[in-house]
Amino acid sequence: MKELVRRCIEGDVRAAARLITLLENQDRDAYAALYRLKDHSGRAQIIGITGPPGAGKSTLVDKLITQFRARGLKVGVLAVDPSSPFSGGAILGDRLRMQGHATDPAVFIRSLATRGSLGGISKATHAAIRVLDAAGYDIVLVETVGVGQSEIDIVRVTDIVVLVSVPGLGDDIQVIKAGIMEIGDIFVVNKADRDGADRVVRELRAMLEMQAQLSHGQTPLGGPDTLVARDPDFMHHAGLVSGLSHAGGEESFIPPILKTVAETGAGVPELADTLIHHFERLLQTGELERKRRESIHYQLSQFVFDEIAHLLSLPELSKVWDDLAQQVFSRTLDIYSAGMALFHSIPIQGATHEDPHA
Amino acid sequence: MLVAKPGLDGHDRGAKVIARALRDAGMEVIYTGLRQTPEQIVSAAIQEDVDVVALSILSGAHNHLFPRVVELLKERGADDVLVFGGGVIPEEDIPFLKSKGIAEIFGPGTPTSKTIEFIKANIKRPLH
Repeated sequence: MKELVRRCIEGDVRAAARLITLLENQDRDAYAALYRLKDHSGRAQIIGITGPPGAGKSTLVDKLITQFRARGLKVGVLAVDPSSPFSGGAILGDRLRMQGHATDPAVFIRSLATRGSLGGISKATHAAIRVLDAAGYDIVLVETVGVGQSEIDIVRVTDIVVLVSVPGLGDDIQVIKAGIMEIGDIFVVNKADRDGADRVVRELRAMLEMQAQLSHGQTPLGGPDTLVARDPDFMHHAGLVSGLSHAGGEESFIPPILKTVAETGAGVPELADTLIHHFERLLQTGELERKRRESIHYQLSQFVFDEIAHLLSLPELSKVWDDLAQQVFSRTLDIYSAGMALFHSIPIQGATHEDPHA
Repeated sequence: MLVAKPGLDGHDRGAKVIARALRDAGMEVIYTGLRQTPEQIVSAAIQEDVDVVALSILSGAHNHLFPRVVELLKERGADDVLVFGGGVIPEEDIPFLKSKGIAEIFGPGTPTSKTIEFIKANIKRPLH
């Protein structure tokens, strides 16, 4: 394991790939080994790309890789696709659109399956980001599908989130209304050569201006968007926005909205520039630090929950489970007391894995 | 596992059928798309850290492309990857391909269950 991590830090692709696999398989030694990566991480810019299926995210990522490479940057990509809830298998098809970069040694593309996680990314995603960061990639792009309010975990593991939408998805208001819009730092309307692109841009802008005004206590003005302002769902979410707001401090600005045609690459250089400037801005305003702290809180809590779940499933506890369940069943104990008794019997003990300080 | 289409043929229905069957059997399948060079295929196999590479070809260039994939995998230290092929491959070429490290060739019409059984029986790396 030590050897694997050492090679990974030196930029060995095979070692990085193998380490990611071990992390995906929840290998405890691999997770402990992440300790060795800490001095080599924190440098990379982590960018999330999300949006509905068919928006052209993979094609966009492919063109973004080209742009970043042209600026002399090394790029890592994690492309997340959903696992089948029935078979547990998955078809990971994002890579297909990026295969042009397959033989560039400064580009690393890895597909990940969600493996049961519901938030849009997999459990191992944040660990895989750490691996690519430590292996020396300057930019790490994380691509995932996001269509609703529950696929927002991407915001917790990235510095910047790009929300990609497309014209012609039926009711444009639907796409905009979904909670996922609140997590976008940068908005892209892809396939902008299609009819309706400008309308999507206008609607996005109106929505974002309204969000910005609401988070400063102002009432949004009337006009074509009034219909949306009266929507109770929207008002409710808008009220919560200030907590998740990407606009640092008291400044009121709306996130950039860009048009692209990923297939041809139109608009992508501007997107790359916008991303780089946005990252610099985050750095200067201290917003990046705030986000990373939040991200750490989230990752710590995930880790603790997973650890408790693991300990609860240990064989030595199975008799305790059975006894307590029996007591609840025969009404000698209420379920809440049984739950607390179970919790207190969790065996918190010393390190059960390779000592990371060794 | 990786399902790849080396060479210049443009028909991937077979590859997609096997990809779906493997997904339904619980495997994580990465499909590379059409017209891949052996270098692209091997690069993907390494980055994705796959256990199996399935090569699908209809253009007749298998005698050159398939061994090249095996060769590159070995060069890059990934010789524990199971490699097999399918598509339009004449029977008389199969011994040659096997001598070059291709574990098996499955012709058109092979039931997907047979392919899945083969993978499970021959995978070189321990199953997760």
